[in-house]
Amino acid sequence: MTDIQFLTPRTLDDAVAALASAQGAARILAGGTDLLVQMRNGAVRPGTIIDIKKIAELTSIEEAANGSFCIGAAVSGAELAEHPRFGQVWPGVLEAINLIGSTQVQGRASPGGNLCNASPAGDSVPAMVAAGAVVTVQGPNGRRQLPVEAVPAGPGRTNLALGEIVVSFTLPPRPAGSGDAYLRMTPRTEMDIAVVGVAVSLTLSNGVVTAARVGLGAVAPTVLLVDDASKALVGSKLDDAAIEAAAAACRAACNPINDKRGTITYRIKAAGVLLKRAVAIAAERAGRA
Amino acid sequence: MAKLHVTTTINGEPTEFLCEPNQSVLDVLRNTLGLTGTKEGCGTGDCGACSITLDDRLICSCLVLAPEIEGRQITTIEGMAQGDHLHPLQQKFLEMAALQCGICTPGFLIAAKSLLERNPDPSEAEVRYWLAGNLCRCTGYDKIVRAVLETAAEMRGASR
Repeated sequence: MTDIQFLTPRTLDDAVAALASAQGAARILAGGTDLLVQMRNGAVRPGTIIDIKKIAELTSIEEAANGSFCIGAAVSGAELAEHPRFGQVWPGVLEAINLIGSTQVQGRASPGGNLCNASPAGDSVPAMVAAGAVVTVQGPNGRRQLPVEAVPAGPGRTNLALGEIVVSFTLPPRPAGSGDAYLRMTPRTEMDIAVVGVAVSLTLSNGVVTAARVGLGAVAPTVLLVDDASKALVGSKLDDAAIEAAAAACRAACNPINDKRGTITYRIKAAGVLLKRAVAIAAERAGRA
Repeated sequence: MAKLHVTTTINGEPTEFLCEPNQSVLDVLRNTLGLTGTKEGCGTGDCGACSITLDDRLICSCLVLAPEIEGRQITTIEGMAQGDHLHPLQQKFLEMAALQCGICTPGFLIAAKSLLERNPDPSEAEVRYWLAGNLCRCTGYDKIVRAVLETAAEMRGASR
């Protein structure tokens, strides 16, 4: 029987070195709400467990002078909910993160873990995509940044290179008149996994949409950025035709699985419905911002 | 396998134990330390029976690795009553029959205490959302929710 190592590096450099030297046999531990379940059912058997929560950059929430937010990958949903400003600026991202699991799970689960677990149904990911979040990763070859939608590669797989760790999410400064929202459809009302998740981020100026991004979850092998939905909304006054065009773009982007929790037909139809509802909430929030 | 030595505080008492790197806090509480008040339901974070607080944060002890609690503070159901003096939530659960088989009860009590520490005057909806990660197959939840609301009202009265 091989010894399992448990490491608590204090710096990112040490964490990256530990991950590299384990040659693929290590797992990063943030909140552990996916990892411990996978270890218990035998899906993963890490030789090394690297707890990244002693690294300051991975556990901090910073609002920069220009209004951008930097969220450490291992920050818990509960910590984000308690931040005095984050939920005011990004209510849709916060509601998406806070939909993940129970109060107990919120005490541990992190947006970095949700992204790296790479479930197509991860709730925080569409909201981060709509927000235009940029992910900072660090690996043996240094740091790089990539848009959040470039991270998932398929169910359970990411485009991170071997030895790379997700460090943080940077959400851009928020212009006046902006709002975001996330809605998901689940068979149960709570404690369930999305069969469709839609996130919308909008900026309005004098009633005209000047910027829009739409993230779509649980209806394809990866979370999607729906460019055609953005195009349908930008320049409009959110009239019925523009919203219907954006809903149609969402339906067209769907490539869902068919399972007992939601059929293909249902998921595609619900994607359009949720888009319309999420647009309405985001617009209402934008009007107040 | 090399065991890890962990120093922590459990219910205010400095505690040390040896564990495997992949053991859960729940496993150590029950099987190493003999603190069997914390129950194992699902072992996957779905049922809440193993709820404890870690540095005052409500979590499932089945989803935390034992070495993670090095230098930190946890509270379990064993720390809830003061000697023979039950916590008001425990007393109210008894009075209002908010338990039947009892397996979920420690988790509900720990979770409800954590709620009332943050929010002394929760609405029924807030209680139900906060406790949504605690499953009970006996009571149908209504008695539990009513007991928590009653306790909250009583504790607010007592502190006035």
